[in-house]
Amino acid sequence: MFEKSLKGKPAYWIWLAFLGVFIVIGAVCYVRQYLFGLGLTGMSRDVSWGLYISQFTYLVGVAAGGLMLVLPYYIHDYKAFGKITILGEFLAISAVIMCLLFVMVDIGQPLRAMNMILHPTPNSMLFWDMVVLLGYLSLNIICGWVILTAERKQVPPPKWVYIFVYISIPWAVSIHTVTAFLYSGLPGRHFWLSAIIAPRFLASAFAAGPALVVIACLIMKRVAGFDAGKKALDKVATIIMYAALINTFFVLLEFFTAYYSNVPGHIESLRYLFFGITENGHTYNNLVPFMWTGVFLNFLSLGMFAYLKFREGNDWILGGACAAIFIALWIDKGLGFVLGGFVPSMTGHITEYYPTANEIGLTVGIWATGFFVMTVLYKIAIGVEHEIE
Amino acid sequence: MYNKKTIIPGLIIFVLILTAPIWYNGLKARAMPKPELPAGEKQCVLPLQEIRDTHMQLLNRWRDEVVRENKREPITVDGKVYGKGFQLACLKCHPSKVKFCDKCHEYAAVQPYCWDCHYTKAQAAEMMKETH
Amino acid sequence: MDNERRKFLKIAGFSALAGIGAPAIVKLTSTASYASEQAAHGASEGKMAEGGSLQETGEKTKQYGMVIDMRKFMQNPELEDMAIEACINAHNIPQFPPEKKKDEIKWIWKTGFENAFQEHTNYHTSEEVEKSPFLILCNHCEFPPCVRVCPTKATFKMKETGIVTMDFHRCIGCRFCMAACPYGSRSFNWQDPRPYIKHLDPDFPTRMRGVVEKCSFCEERLAKGLEPACVAAVKDSGALIFGDINDEKSEIRQVLQKEFTIQRKPSAGTKPSVFYIV
Repeated sequence: MFEKSLKGKPAYWIWLAFLGVFIVIGAVCYVRQYLFGLGLTGMSRDVSWGLYISQFTYLVGVAAGGLMLVLPYYIHDYKAFGKITILGEFLAISAVIMCLLFVMVDIGQPLRAMNMILHPTPNSMLFWDMVVLLGYLSLNIICGWVILTAERKQVPPPKWVYIFVYISIPWAVSIHTVTAFLYSGLPGRHFWLSAIIAPRFLASAFAAGPALVVIACLIMKRVAGFDAGKKALDKVATIIMYAALINTFFVLLEFFTAYYSNVPGHIESLRYLFFGITENGHTYNNLVPFMWTGVFLNFLSLGMFAYLKFREGNDWILGGACAAIFIALWIDKGLGFVLGGFVPSMTGHITEYYPTANEIGLTVGIWATGFFVMTVLYKIAIGVEHEIE
Repeated sequence: MYNKKTIIPGLIIFVLILTAPIWYNGLKARAMPKPELPAGEKQCVLPLQEIRDTHMQLLNRWRDEVVRENKREPITVDGKVYGKGFQLACLKCHPSKVKFCDKCHEYAAVQPYCWDCHYTKAQAAEMMKETH
Repeated sequence: MDNERRKFLKIAGFSALAGIGAPAIVKLTSTASYASEQAAHGASEGKMAEGGSLQETGEKTKQYGMVIDMRKFMQNPELEDMAIEACINAHNIPQFPPEKKKDEIKWIWKTGFENAFQEHTNYHTSEEVEKSPFLILCNHCEFPPCVRVCPTKATFKMKETGIVTMDFHRCIGCRFCMAACPYGSRSFNWQDPRPYIKHLDPDFPTRMRGVVEKCSFCEERLAKGLEPACVAAVKDSGALIFGDINDEKSEIRQVLQKEFTIQRKPSAGTKPSVFYIV
């Protein structure tokens, strides 16, 4: 079915070439980083995880979000999702590939990555993260490919593939739970030491993943003649809205616990993120504008989703709402959650984090790689869709 | 044959690339490497052929015993006492990486990364010269 | 695809997998002694890694610990610099200039009271405590979070000594341990450290870029019957007392019985092995 991705309109090739430019830039950035060391990034002794791991954390959620398209169709027989489950699975593949790339560029000795497999360590959540991510990648490749092939041949999929589909459903929950466990089991960092991290991650995942699929559907309606169906998109929009609402509630719960209890360990990171911390004449607040932009976009998108429920909206409002929530959650989880855990440091010092140009170049390059894979896979899916019509 | 004009030249290029190591140097084999043995030392921790064949296994075993099991007792071979470890034993007698270690490693085209951390006396002197 | 070709491809695929997998299986089950040695190795490592506690095994093992007598350091502040200097020289620790502070590597260093002891009150502190720098280092915890999170067992608690130690050969540089340590004791080699090493100890290696490092309680010196470098540097003053805290007869236990000591972040549940007399 790969041949479906080799024929396309000029816009398709221009888009791939555009992504290709960023991929090449990212590759160059990686070579520079590989030769010198991670000192080429803005990470420091105090902020030892930065943009790479924050993108990884967010993208595991985006990958898990595919579940919200698969679950209603396969478990609850919601036929309207018939055309878009494959999009959820292909999104998961692209997102997991991005996750794996972000981890590979972040570790200090990438050539020793096999040590995680040669010396398995079940007590380490990072080990389990590797296991569940590789498992989820395999599951989505198997399910997506087999079912799409069956669709193309206009036959029902073979019975054995349903075992993998049913496994992939709790597995999607597990990938983001395990990623949350990376953070929520560390005794020193009170910003992360909370049981609600896993539910919060899952809620934002179920909003962010489908939001990206919706945006892709809206684009493909215009450029590729692919109509996911109004019923399907409306239902996905509802799911995104509720997931975003629950995530917002969870974040507000964190604020309550921190500020009502007045325990410094809980408050300090939130204070740094949303209000800045001033000490010794220095004001540390480089993330404040990001966090409030995220808050604004979050409520804006919730408003737009609500509007769509009461009035007959148009695709631009739907697309705008999805884009807003995608970016808002990226700020909340990627920037706020991961970076906030490192401020203040374990000795109470504040070291701010500024990613370097090389680091940003590599990050953008990996995002471009993910979108490249997603574009190619979606082209195949739509190609099959057109073929069977 | 279908597409003969592309396949045959392609096949020829493939075979050329595959056999490049043989013809690249003019069908001549390089001379056997001659590592410079340390002056004044008569023996190593293992006999010559054994150390040549198994020095990586020995070093890995020493590494695991010293670092992971804290078995740091010095080694005695034929009455001579050696510290246990690459830098404490091998690099004490073999003072030059370039004249000894590199000779065979370059011939065999291997790049062990031991010297990212461990260093000879000559290398130590060089490092101190650079930072002062 | 016709059936003959499918059958052929299936058989070819399985044979290829078997051919690739066979050497691995042979290696894993090769000689009985090798296999059991690996198993014993794995088991003892597993025991250490599992929560990192040795007390669960019920064996009487050593737990090296340290008492930092801040009273002596407050009387004589240069002692702190002597201890730090000794550590830096004994382990080829690089010293980065101020503009590269983000890349700094420190195994033992000075910080303020409120930074070292975040669970103690730091208002209306006595003037002496407030202006004195405190020495902090890896606590070699009984239940080290860093050991729990390491995905390769590159950091593990050494059974015989209770020291939380680093295997630089195995570390993949994921820095999960740095995120997990409640005390900020760990440093990462963000680049090759060699250009910044001022003094080389020829018996100790440097580290390569991409691995994490921290205080090791001078394991290599302990093996020779010496005390850690920092302890030896301030030996005369008795400001640092080192020994086996599991041994009731050791000097350090006598000190702990006599003096009131505090520890860093006790509520983290890590049970540190470093005690402070303030």
